[in-house]
Amino acid sequence: MILKVVFLLVSLFTVGSALMVVTHKNLFSSALFLVASFFGVAALYVLLEAEFLAVAQVLIYVGAIATLIIFAIMLTRGMMSGRTSPRNDQAAWAGLASVVLGLVLLYVVVFRVQWPVVEKPVPPDTIEQLGRALVGRYVVPFEVASVLLLAALVGAVLIAREKEV
Amino acid sequence: MLNTLNVVRLLPELILLVTALVVIFVDLYARRRTALWLLPGVSIAGLVLAFVAAFAQWGAQEVVAGTLAADSFAFYFKLVAAVTVVLVILASVRYMRERTRFLGEFYAFLLVATLAVFVAVSATDLITVYLGLETLSIVSYVLTGFLRDDKRSNEAAIKYFLYGAVASAIMLYGFSLLYGLTGTTDLAEIARRLQAGDVLANLEWVAWPAVILAAVGFAFKASLVPFHQWAPDAYEGAPTPVTMFLSTVSKATGFAVMARVFLTAMPSLGEYWMALLYGLAILTMTVGNLIALRQTSVKRMLAYSSIAHAGFILMGLVAVTAPAGGHPFNGLDGVLMYVVAYAFTNAGAFAVVAAVEDGTGDATLDNFAGLIARAPFLAAAMLIFLLSLAGVPPLAGFAAKLFVFAPVVRQEYYALAVVALVNAVVAAGYYLKVVKQMFFVEVPERPAFAVARGMRWALWLMIIGVFGVGIFMNWFAFMSVRSAAGMLGL
Repeated sequence: MILKVVFLLVSLFTVGSALMVVTHKNLFSSALFLVASFFGVAALYVLLEAEFLAVAQVLIYVGAIATLIIFAIMLTRGMMSGRTSPRNDQAAWAGLASVVLGLVLLYVVVFRVQWPVVEKPVPPDTIEQLGRALVGRYVVPFEVASVLLLAALVGAVLIAREKEV
Repeated sequence: MLNTLNVVRLLPELILLVTALVVIFVDLYARRRTALWLLPGVSIAGLVLAFVAAFAQWGAQEVVAGTLAADSFAFYFKLVAAVTVVLVILASVRYMRERTRFLGEFYAFLLVATLAVFVAVSATDLITVYLGLETLSIVSYVLTGFLRDDKRSNEAAIKYFLYGAVASAIMLYGFSLLYGLTGTTDLAEIARRLQAGDVLANLEWVAWPAVILAAVGFAFKASLVPFHQWAPDAYEGAPTPVTMFLSTVSKATGFAVMARVFLTAMPSLGEYWMALLYGLAILTMTVGNLIALRQTSVKRMLAYSSIAHAGFILMGLVAVTAPAGGHPFNGLDGVLMYVVAYAFTNAGAFAVVAAVEDGTGDATLDNFAGLIARAPFLAAAMLIFLLSLAGVPPLAGFAAKLFVFAPVVRQEYYALAVVALVNAVVAAGYYLKVVKQMFFVEVPERPAFAVARGMRWALWLMIIGVFGVGIFMNWFAFMSVRSAAGMLGL
């Protein structure tokens, strides 16, 4: 019962912050709400007994990615204050369509489907299993991910370079 | 685990990765004059080696390292990708030299894109599927926006990126439904669990969301209507050699992944995804052709025509069957035939556009006026490619159309066949508009222009390809039927 209440509060916090990310008119405030939302997701991982994922979430998303986003905003001229999130006159219709579609999907997924449940306790050595999977069965995706990051890195430098003279 | 990893099977991918890194290093140390021929040279050498190494997979049927398949189906797409990227590189030597000084990165990115295609077409696990497609997407965004001082290139890249990011997210949501239902990401295992009793009871509610959401990601890559809006802008704004790549290899990858995921993981949901693809096929070819009719830029017209052709390719997947004895016209072999025919033809058409842009500065219909007098070789090549796109025998396009129409008629999807036929006629109309402009409009005051050597080679190779696929249809059909057979479990 207590767990359910905690879950509800954490979920409300996460979804609420996520909603603020997309609706706030200032980009910098959106970034700060994004950090809050990342924290909420980390708390959800804790509730699911996936401690390692929770720590990774805080370290990578809150620690690194959010900081990076905030730096990017600070270093871009004219982004810090005022109305900086682009918006057009289709926002209302798009929002309505997304909400309706989202609710239909949620109704189906939550109320119509009996998700198969594994009724076993979480094994104590999840981190070890995760490590073994990454160098065993998932070694190829693991390496492809590093190629992806390398390409993204080079590409970002290429696109964001100083203007040539 | 590592001692069971069959490295020989991964050789094509490893060669591409090493070549991409070598290209970046050569770019750092070589002088500009040397780099101009050395970079494309090294890239092509790497692609040829990877191509040769991939031959070991022909006829094989095994899973490497848990998540990659070494089979004829993957080999077929790897072959198409490697050959097309060689042509793209030949066509981009002069085009890119005059537009950017970051040539090393350009060729390295083309190689990484090919690597991503290799991974995606052989992926047998949802995670590998996603990573392959995502790597391909990210590299494509950068390639599209490669000309940073060109506003249209920038606009194309940002549109492509925004659409791509959303499509990826939606596809992942679909994957997560499949995972939640079956508890696994392995495609074959998903198929097995979808048959199990407790899952089956829930299927009627999850099947549509899972199929539709997963299909969004593939349809985005294959630029099917209504997930096509990025394509015309990206194809028009991107450097034309990149457009060659996006409209052929990248699109083919979307179809390869779609075929593998649907056929391997969801054969039991066939009625759902076939119905979805049936609708998408009709929508795609009709919308693509109707908009193409009104274009004044040849590059943009070809972009819409390439959307329409995606609808034709889809016909094969809609009509997919597993006839006893592995006979041709099983639908999937039509997809394979169309992909190879289309790769030569469409890459060729865009290559001519690139050459005309080089010679005259732009690629509107007006720039093609009287091309026969100014660049006879280009005009003749364009004529061949356009006739092939229209499906005139004995060119490649005819063989391709034959192999997608036959299974559709055999399955008695007459409505689809009639719509496709009408669309083929409409498409011939706007191809002929370009032909008329090239041959029958005289503009005496415009100067003639020459075609770069690399481009000339690329065009010759593609002309040979277009005739080759059309004339040696039997041989390509044999290849396609064999490659499709493994996937259909024959």
